[in-house]
Amino acid sequence: MKIILTTTSPNIDSEIDPRFGRAAYLLVIDTNTHEWEAQTNPGASAPGGAGIQAAQFAADQQAQAAISGDFGPHAFKALQAAGIAMYLYGDCRMARQAIERYKAGQLQQVGAPTRGDCDSDHHGQGA
Amino acid sequence: MIITIASGKGGTGKTMVATSLALSLAELMPEQPPLFLDCDVEAPNAHLFLHPTWTEQKDVALLIPSVDEAKCTHCGKCAEICQYHAIAVLGQKTLVFPQLCHGCGSCTALCPEKAITEIPDRMGVIERGPAAAGISFARGVLDVGEPMAVPVIRQLEKWMQPGPGQTVLRDAPPGTSCPVVTAVRGSDYLLLVTEPTPFGLHDLRLAVQVAAELGIPAGVIVNRENGPYMALDEFCAGQRLPVLLRIPFERAIAEGVAQGKTLVDIHPEYGDRFRQMFVQIASLP
Repeated sequence: MKIILTTTSPNIDSEIDPRFGRAAYLLVIDTNTHEWEAQTNPGASAPGGAGIQAAQFAADQQAQAAISGDFGPHAFKALQAAGIAMYLYGDCRMARQAIERYKAGQLQQVGAPTRGDCDSDHHGQGA
Repeated sequence: MIITIASGKGGTGKTMVATSLALSLAELMPEQPPLFLDCDVEAPNAHLFLHPTWTEQKDVALLIPSVDEAKCTHCGKCAEICQYHAIAVLGQKTLVFPQLCHGCGSCTALCPEKAITEIPDRMGVIERGPAAAGISFARGVLDVGEPMAVPVIRQLEKWMQPGPGQTVLRDAPPGTSCPVVTAVRGSDYLLLVTEPTPFGLHDLRLAVQVAAELGIPAGVIVNRENGPYMALDEFCAGQRLPVLLRIPFERAIAEGVAQGKTLVDIHPEYGDRFRQMFVQIASLP
């Protein structure tokens, strides 16, 4: 199955990027074959809707899980609609480490957005 | 003629200038007092000076998409065209994010299944009525929590068409982003109210860039002047910006404005100064 991770560089030995919508890269990995592919995050510099764009990408890839440090309200809603499970990095620093922990069932799953929408949902960058 | 009062920096005295200019012009042209638009829709307050009686009110709504899931084939064309990512196709679901939608209608127009209809989503209100000295007054009010001021300002401008030869005064919001550009665009002249501080000057520089970008001639009003501030005068001279009026930093003005009085109530002699300034602006080529 395919999962998506947010990373700071376009490869599997990258450090994690704790942001979802604003992450530098989106790493898609097949957990069975360990084949991976990295993609520049289309929403990294978008003025708004970054989380939705990243979620759209994850859905288009038919990913079953997304791992990041943060899921905003729009990203959460979109990923949930797409049936993509969300997990948090916790104290993982490297993408490989997060993949191993995911496979071992050691990552915390997210059941609600990890932050609010105090900037009125606008531009998606509110903390 | 449309004159917009802007500043860049907040709190420089835009509304104080705009309302007193309106009252001064009503005296100059009693047969056709000006049309006053409070375009600061996030925090409109010119009514506190001009005391309109509201006679008409209209909701401002954006038409946002509503997807009929029975007809939707999840082809993704809507999500692809939407530059605001307000609509997303996620597997077998199409989701709309109303607060990101700008109401452009592209998704509705391009849906091959005709699965999208448009429904109004209220974001604010516009209201109008007669005010002091026969001024036609109108304002927009953005609902709390709504992110987009521009549609409210646009609707306000569209709703309030001036009579032939009627002067329009637009009180702009602070800043230099989309709402300000919307208030300024289409004006014949821009009055930039500033204060002689590094903060006033900093934001004046930005506001002047907006004027230049939009190709609108501008002049400066220095408010709360308290002795010479050379940096401001040098900037205005360098930019060939005329300083049209200087209002001193004065306790009587501050006290009066704090009580809701207009500048021309406090110092009636400003009436002539505003009228002279208007004649100077109106006689520009």
